[in-house]
Amino acid sequence: MIHAKYSLSALALALVFAASGCSQKPDEGGDVIKIGSVAPLTGPQTHIGKDNENGARLAVDEINAKGLELGGKKVKLELLGEDDQAEPKTATIVAQKLVDAGVVAVIGHLNSGTTIPASKIYHDAGIPQISPSATAVAYTAQGYKTAYRVMANDAQQGKALGQYAVGKMGARKIAIIDDRTAYGQGLADEFEKAAKAAGGEVVAREFTNDKATDFTAILTSIKGKAPDLVFFGGMDPQGGPMAQQLKRLGLSARLLGGDGLQNVNFLKLAGADAEGVVASSPGLPIDSMPGGPDFRKRFESKYGVIQVYAPYSYDAVYALVDAMKRANSAEPAKVLAELPKVDIQGVSGPVKFDAKGDTMDGAVTVYEAKGGTWQVLETVK
Amino acid sequence: MDIFTQQLINGLVLGSIYALVALGYTMVYGILELINFAHGEVTMIGAMVALTVIGVLMGVAPDLPGLMVVFGGLLIAIPACMALAFGIEKIAYRPLRRAPRLAPLITAIGVSIILQNLAMLVWGRQYVSFPPILPRGQHEILGAHITDLQIFIVVLSFSLMAGLWLLVERTRLGRAMRATAQSREVAELMGVNVDRVISATFVIGAAIAAIAGVMVSAYYGLAHYYMGFMLGLKAFSAAVLGGIGNIAGAMLGGLLLGVIEALGAGYIGDITGGFLGSHYQDVFAFFVLILVLVFRPSGLLGERVASRA
Repeated sequence: MIHAKYSLSALALALVFAASGCSQKPDEGGDVIKIGSVAPLTGPQTHIGKDNENGARLAVDEINAKGLELGGKKVKLELLGEDDQAEPKTATIVAQKLVDAGVVAVIGHLNSGTTIPASKIYHDAGIPQISPSATAVAYTAQGYKTAYRVMANDAQQGKALGQYAVGKMGARKIAIIDDRTAYGQGLADEFEKAAKAAGGEVVAREFTNDKATDFTAILTSIKGKAPDLVFFGGMDPQGGPMAQQLKRLGLSARLLGGDGLQNVNFLKLAGADAEGVVASSPGLPIDSMPGGPDFRKRFESKYGVIQVYAPYSYDAVYALVDAMKRANSAEPAKVLAELPKVDIQGVSGPVKFDAKGDTMDGAVTVYEAKGGTWQVLETVK
Repeated sequence: MDIFTQQLINGLVLGSIYALVALGYTMVYGILELINFAHGEVTMIGAMVALTVIGVLMGVAPDLPGLMVVFGGLLIAIPACMALAFGIEKIAYRPLRRAPRLAPLITAIGVSIILQNLAMLVWGRQYVSFPPILPRGQHEILGAHITDLQIFIVVLSFSLMAGLWLLVERTRLGRAMRATAQSREVAELMGVNVDRVISATFVIGAAIAAIAGVMVSAYYGLAHYYMGFMLGLKAFSAAVLGGIGNIAGAMLGGLLLGVIEALGAGYIGDITGGFLGSHYQDVFAFFVLILVLVFRPSGLLGERVASRA
């Protein structure tokens, strides 16, 4: 009985999907070009996800208002927004849904964890994908000719941090801790390489995990080597207690981290001991972007306050359209051939891709925790 | 030298926390020969309840001194955990008291998973921060740093252990506990209310767990629905190391384990020339557990044979 019920509801579900699939067939006239946009639109990251979609929507609306002509025909862009819930599993489902709906390209996803599994589906379908915010190195290291991004990746961030630590913060003896995750270890490895190349000496390399809370043993061992800087590749739940224990043990070394620490939660968890901690985040603060203030005006009159990555999804759409114009077509194969040649002045800065699909000269901004907020120190390339 | 002293202090504080949680494991095992795997989660619930109360208190009475606020949190968390442990024993363990030994062990793991998920639903997945309201006094001993809170944690766990020992050895309830541990049937024949004694054991262990939970979250500045899992495993290892069922053994095991971990994580990288690193920190506890079970199954101070579990 139960089985019959389930199979009936499954059938109903299949019918619903089939029906919605039908309604999303490409228009016969060929003058509407569908572009997908994927980000979490439900769950704890909803606000950031909606922000990404709005950035892309603003670009699409502007381009439509100006009018776009491809192959001698007037065309109109249409943005199809999808919700991946920040879940890798859902990401692949909505990716397939977009492919079936006949999109010519996808702007997204937001997280590295969703961008990477979805990239295989876009690759197999031969559709270009430009992520506004995924930073994991692995995304563009898969050898897919369809995977692009407009934000600096973790390797670029680690490198910038290593140079900054030695060059600007004057660190000579450096201790490095990482949490053995793909993100933390990757960031720490790149940091180590760059710091050594810049003339810094790595006096300790310690490890923890992404569930740990006690770092006193490794910090004490590090203290014995008297470093003037401790770098942590990891996230805020570990960084917070680490900042506290660092002070408690009487280490004078400063704590430096990546975008895993550069958030409000870290400030809460570290409390008063967050003061003086330096952490970076890929990209630029909106007001330092070449087109930032103007973009803010246009965006906020329509969608309200900018969260984080809206300028990047906006630039991603313009990069895609630049490739379409060069190809004089919206056909995915032709657009893909032109994407490596993209060269535009975006809101966040110049957008150009290297051979892997990473952005060239991605900017990284360094912040310092002061009085309970993150304050911009400077932007490094 | 000051580095070595510091590592010893790190280990002692960590070990005191393990010991506090281990006391709960060892008491229940002493009487029921049951490993109460839900005990780590009771510790977590204690921390979470206390943090919620602390948050409310800080909102209602922002002028209250920090120590009072934390005390207020404890005052609610302790009875909450006691009630929880009473309920767990009644629902998950008592109906299985005459069942094969493996059955209550499995329900214990089940209760632990249920509590973790309940806590996740109630308090969410994110880390909850412990507000910086406790005094931040710091002292220097032989070049090593120690805070007021660390001293308090060590002193507290020694006093609780002493109090527990007095309870078991010097009171009527303690005598009933020991009698129940030796033979449930004979104790019952002598007029001991065995059900009540077993409930009392669970409830006392839970009260200590609540205190331990608050200490852990104050010490590390955060709490999380998952925090009880690793803490419980380490404390269990500590109880086995000291001799499960033995109160002084739980204390000794906890302290030893803390020091072994601190010294191990602190020096392994240097000793092996970087071949093995500090990510082996968590391995030490379980390596010690295996060594003890192989070479001295009754633990350092244990009278009974732990392998019966």
